[in-house]
Amino acid sequence: MSLDAKTVTRIARLARIGLEPGEVDALGKEMGSIIDWVEQLNEVDVTDVPPMIGTGLAKPRLREDRVTDGNRRDDVLSNAPDREGPFYTVPKVVE
Amino acid sequence: MSGMHDFTLASARDALKARKISAVELTNAHLDAIERLDGRLNSFITRTPDQARVAAKAADEVLAKGEGGALTGIPLGIKDLFCTNGVRTTAASKILGNFVPPYESTVTSNLLRDGAVFLGKLNLDEFAMGSANLTSAFGPVENPWKRNGSDAKLVPGGSSGGSAAAVAAGLVLGATGTDTGGSIRQPAAFTGIAGIKPTYGRCSRFGTIAFASSLDQAGPMARNLQDCAILLESMAGFDERDSTSVDTPVPNYEAALTRGVRGLRVGIPKEYHAPGMPAEIEALWQQGINWLKAAGAEIVDISLPHTKYGLPTYYIAALAEASSNLARYDGVRFGERVNGSSLDALYEATRAAGFGEEVKRRILIGTHVLSSGYYDAYYLRAQKVRTLIQRDFLSAYENVDVILTPTAPSGAFAQDEKPTDPVQMYLNDVFTVPASMAGVPALSVPAGLDAQGVPLGLQLIGKFFDEETLIAAGHVIEQAASFTHRPAIHAGVSA
Repeated sequence: MSLDAKTVTRIARLARIGLEPGEVDALGKEMGSIIDWVEQLNEVDVTDVPPMIGTGLAKPRLREDRVTDGNRRDDVLSNAPDREGPFYTVPKVVE
Repeated sequence: MSGMHDFTLASARDALKARKISAVELTNAHLDAIERLDGRLNSFITRTPDQARVAAKAADEVLAKGEGGALTGIPLGIKDLFCTNGVRTTAASKILGNFVPPYESTVTSNLLRDGAVFLGKLNLDEFAMGSANLTSAFGPVENPWKRNGSDAKLVPGGSSGGSAAAVAAGLVLGATGTDTGGSIRQPAAFTGIAGIKPTYGRCSRFGTIAFASSLDQAGPMARNLQDCAILLESMAGFDERDSTSVDTPVPNYEAALTRGVRGLRVGIPKEYHAPGMPAEIEALWQQGINWLKAAGAEIVDISLPHTKYGLPTYYIAALAEASSNLARYDGVRFGERVNGSSLDALYEATRAAGFGEEVKRRILIGTHVLSSGYYDAYYLRAQKVRTLIQRDFLSAYENVDVILTPTAPSGAFAQDEKPTDPVQMYLNDVFTVPASMAGVPALSVPAGLDAQGVPLGLQLIGKFFDEETLIAAGHVIEQAASFTHRPAIHAGVSA
């Protein structure tokens, strides 16, 4: 079943992906067909089955609380699309 | 210098150590091949010939002293998903089109430590999302193989399609790949090369651009399993900068090559007889069974009952993780930016312009399955089914050592035969996804050609951290298949 325009627009808003009005219908159809296809998981009995979060192969570990990296301001800023001195710039957030 | 294109990674290593060839001439021969053939194949996004020549010269100096590591002077290609210090790293996306990492991924650091020479960064599906290398913002990659009597451009598989094509065409002696649901194994099968997806946690994910973090795993792609074994030994190892890296010793994988399969129990899962699978793939699978049996293995019929749920489970889990991982591309700290009147408008314009169609579709589905009201129905349920898929494998391994299946349900298809339905495209990964979901290691080896002359692969799936048994069993298939075919487009073939 196709996802309606309102749903697609809401999801796109959550994902912060701007959509052209012309894209919404086609995306709703494609997403709907993928969602219909994954619905087959409803046949599986998952009573008392724990969710698998990861493979569980790596043991949680502790390390000494000390700085292992840092003082690399220029490296960190080197890919900034726009900056002023040591700051990233963004559009004005507070009016 | 056509003899330069007959080396495997192992034989080149031996010739370098014996000083029969120099690293500079080996590197130059491969750079020339790239120059000649890659305008067409498009397997590289970024070429680094100057750095390669400097590294090759340094390798010769080391070799002249009788020193050097396992890969000193060996020309490799790096999937453009691994961050390389000072060298543009794009993930084949417009949004990272000018991203130059100020640090090196652990996997590539390990290869450099052992003396490898990098020739450049290899093409892939955008953010490793695809099975045909058709979603790259830098254009599709052409498979160097051709169907008999046809010049149709075939896909190399994906997402590590540039790695696969470059190895198959002889442009590099080996390449790094990453595999989230089959992205090493399926392109390896489509291009007649070998590839290993190691156990989850075997290779560090540090510095590898994330797609689905609970599944992403780096691995080697090369002409044969000996070459893959040499590369894996260098790439693998514990890394404290990856919280899912497992602290277990790295064995000598190359030594496992000739162990043989006598007494090994090989499982054949009945669920992999997919409806509609071409008869020649069924036949090749049977051939693989016969080869292993003839070498002394015992064949055991097994069941992996949740196999059919692998793909839908994968598409929920992987896309949910992707939507979260790709949230970082917001146009503020790095990557391309499209300005907007507000911060939200900037985000939306940046992501609309920076991501391709398939990536957007996947982020949107991932966002949907994680959103309030749908989380339990989709995401949590998928994680529970994932537990059942893993249990299938763990109970099978109480009875068998390794599992044999086809790698993909078809050989390489033509670029213009791409299915229009996204679900049809996802079916390419039907045989590779379950092992990814379980976190167990798996590999693909070339085992034959189909009636049209296009390569087909067989997949072996193993126990956690038992890559050695996989390599040993895979080598038995390699030897029996004696796959020595070369693609139509190859560095060693004069045009």
